[in-house]
Amino acid sequence: MRSGDPLLDHLFRRAGFGAAAADLQAVAGMSYSAAVDYFVDFEKLPDDVDSKINAPEYVGVTARGQFSPSTNIEDARQRWLFRMLHSTRPLQEKMALFWHNHFGVGYTKVAGAVGALVGTKMMANKAGETPGPQGHYELVRQMALGKFRDLLIGVAQDPAMLVFLDGRTNTRAKPQENFGREVMELFTWGLGHYVENDVYAAARVFTGWNLRNVPGRDGNDPAAYQEFIYNSGQHDTTAKAFTFPINGGSRTIPARGAAAGIQDGMDFMTSLANHPETARRLARKLWNFFVSDLEEAPAAFVEAVADVYLRSDTDMRAVLRYILKSPWFTNPGNFNARYSWPVEFVVRAMKEIGWAGFSVDTARVPLTNMGQTLFEPPNVAGWQLGRAWFGTGAMLARMNFAATVASNQKFNLARSFSAADRAQPGRVLNTMLQRLTAASFSATETTELLNYLNAGGPWTGSDTQMNAKAPGLARLVAGSGEYQFV
Amino acid sequence: MATKVTRREFIRDGVAAFTLSFAAPAFLVDIARAQGAVSRNLVVIYLAGGNDALSTLIPYTDPFYYSRRPAIAVPAAQVLQIGTDAAGKALGLHPRLTGLQNIFNQGRLAIIQRAGYQNSSRSHFQGTDIWGSADPSNAAGTGWLGRYLDSLPSPIDPLAAWNTSGATYRALTGSTIAVPSITDPRNYSFASPNSGAEAINERNAAIRLASSAGPDRPNLAFVNTSAMEAFATLDRVGSVVNYTPSVTYPNNGFGQALRTVAGSISKGIGTRVYWVQTGGFDTHSGQGNAGGGGYATLMSTVGDGLLAFYNDLQNQGLLGSTLMIQFSEFGRRISENGSQGTDHGAGGMMMVLGGGVRGGIYGTAADLNPRPDNPTLENAGGDVTYETDFRAVYAKVLDGWMGTSSTAILGGNFGANAPAFL
Repeated sequence: MRSGDPLLDHLFRRAGFGAAAADLQAVAGMSYSAAVDYFVDFEKLPDDVDSKINAPEYVGVTARGQFSPSTNIEDARQRWLFRMLHSTRPLQEKMALFWHNHFGVGYTKVAGAVGALVGTKMMANKAGETPGPQGHYELVRQMALGKFRDLLIGVAQDPAMLVFLDGRTNTRAKPQENFGREVMELFTWGLGHYVENDVYAAARVFTGWNLRNVPGRDGNDPAAYQEFIYNSGQHDTTAKAFTFPINGGSRTIPARGAAAGIQDGMDFMTSLANHPETARRLARKLWNFFVSDLEEAPAAFVEAVADVYLRSDTDMRAVLRYILKSPWFTNPGNFNARYSWPVEFVVRAMKEIGWAGFSVDTARVPLTNMGQTLFEPPNVAGWQLGRAWFGTGAMLARMNFAATVASNQKFNLARSFSAADRAQPGRVLNTMLQRLTAASFSATETTELLNYLNAGGPWTGSDTQMNAKAPGLARLVAGSGEYQFV
Repeated sequence: MATKVTRREFIRDGVAAFTLSFAAPAFLVDIARAQGAVSRNLVVIYLAGGNDALSTLIPYTDPFYYSRRPAIAVPAAQVLQIGTDAAGKALGLHPRLTGLQNIFNQGRLAIIQRAGYQNSSRSHFQGTDIWGSADPSNAAGTGWLGRYLDSLPSPIDPLAAWNTSGATYRALTGSTIAVPSITDPRNYSFASPNSGAEAINERNAAIRLASSAGPDRPNLAFVNTSAMEAFATLDRVGSVVNYTPSVTYPNNGFGQALRTVAGSISKGIGTRVYWVQTGGFDTHSGQGNAGGGGYATLMSTVGDGLLAFYNDLQNQGLLGSTLMIQFSEFGRRISENGSQGTDHGAGGMMMVLGGGVRGGIYGTAADLNPRPDNPTLENAGGDVTYETDFRAVYAKVLDGWMGTSSTAILGGNFGANAPAFL
């Protein structure tokens, strides 16, 4: 719902997933700068969102047997949607989504290799819920606004990544190129800064970065897990020559004894993380995610953000604080200047239309039809963004999800209008447009929405009419083109 | 901008049609007919991830195939022999490709060896874009199929092409057309919180809203166009749901997508270009060998799915009007890695199937001996070098099947040395 301040609404859509009344309450009376700090310094608030699952005033989850998001992937998807909807730390979930897209690890390949139970744990095990390391998503969520270098190293040692890009079988005799290539092409500086020989050398850097299997009693034992191990016997100890300097110095990682060989990878990733081209590439991706995907990032933005990133030792918290307070972000020309991702659309629709008596599980299949299954990016490059979200079938799925939520919330919607609103269709429309934060409708479109309210018989504002027109109108607004922008 | 006006006019008419009967406007069918009275279909099949061509078409007499792939090579005795290429090199299909062997033996499968381009990209994303744009110097341009669709007489039927995958591909990107992506016709319907007359009021309002964005809001217009195309295609796509095929399709995504395409062809809804993809070809690990493993599963999916589709069309007399063309973004390295897999390589292969195809093995196989003067290899003997420019295959399809001029669409004459599979 709208706050009355378009800039604050913009902040909620971009740094969060839109705002319900309670979200606005949390920042009431704050200056814009203080509100940004509230989003960015989210660790000042407790991470208590999971304690709200199954509490009556929140959206529901649908358990098949015990609700078990660390070991059941469908439950993991539900928990993440629940967190997006109800966390008081929305930027944490937003950045986790950004990183999930940046490091595009997918569940199917992981589970295909290690089974559904251990595969789910690799994707989504919450620290302490079952034995073993936290899952990929919990890792990027925990490090959402930490140092990028630490995140990169964490992801390189993440069991899900070691399965997904085959590092677990990277050995001295036969180096495996998959991770070594993608860490340069996709995770850091991008095409154009390296050659095939660098891919060969990078593969050798990560030889011996493997997994250790800790089996359970049987295939259903949630105690089973796998964890990162530096397997020194499988590390290639010879020197690795690159076409670019490592850590500002030599182009060669020197030969090292096997015991110290893990340092190769640390040096290599530190060098990539600290490189200005990595800073620029991240700046461009952050521009598209937080500021606009209708225009390319201007050079001044890229250089300014890269500068903050490099001077802060790759600190994403400093970067996000800078971006959200920058004149590019606060420019009203960039409000609603991004195509929403399906999960953003779905969560905002629930936040704004309502969730009482609704289950987030209802969103799972529609999200797949919209082209975004959580934990299942189409490949390691993540999802195709922007206009690519808006295939015909995907747009139909959005319109139909708007219908599903509106239908579910039919009576709550109808009852939410005051007697004064009910007296006039124009007031019903105005109130609905305060509730659903679509980009502004043109005069023609506003007339079409009013025509809908007046279609089929004279306006009376009766309960019967409101029970039909309120959800119909909510569905039209949330299913409109205007609502697909954030 | 002409199409924009057309779309708006269509929607205006569409409202009236939906209000009366929810039926597809008859004039759309006329458009479809005018654009291809005796319609020829093109089904583009993308093996996503970089297919290991050396495991699909196996040089089972090349000793280096075995010495460089000790863990994943298919034993010669298991290979499905299909003869030799022009240079006399014996070749065979992967043992799980019995379906393709069947089609090959009917003379309707053409295999083009070593298809690719100079300085092949080893990146999935750049590689896919290059195969899509058909321009290695401009991977970010429009797609070859998009440019073909753009060239059709206006107004272009919104169902002229059908993407059965949820993702968007460079190949299908045009400057005036937007190809609908429809993964499952069963989900392709309009939901409303209301019923009866109120639902119709709502649907009409949704159509009017979607048709009202002006050229001053191009991004909004883009989204609205998707909505309008959904409304414009709902009923025709819905007709495919009732399709009863003449064969049983494999119960996997690829098989079911081909079943949908066959349904669409059989119902004659006017679509002429279909995009079908199946993934999992980025086989860095677990390729396995002839007896099983990941690659064998991939080959079953491809071979069984294509055979079902081929037979279904043949049973209905529709095979002669259908052409299938298969590609992947690159081939893989010749030497296996330590994970029973192969990393990203260069030259790959293409296949063309259909009732009008002159089958056979086209081009010459690589010699897998990594000696320095071997012209069929590159990257210090690591990868296969292309021999046939993939655009020559596109050109043959455009000129010889789609009945258009490939020179205009590909920006050059690539057809001169095309393999003679049509």
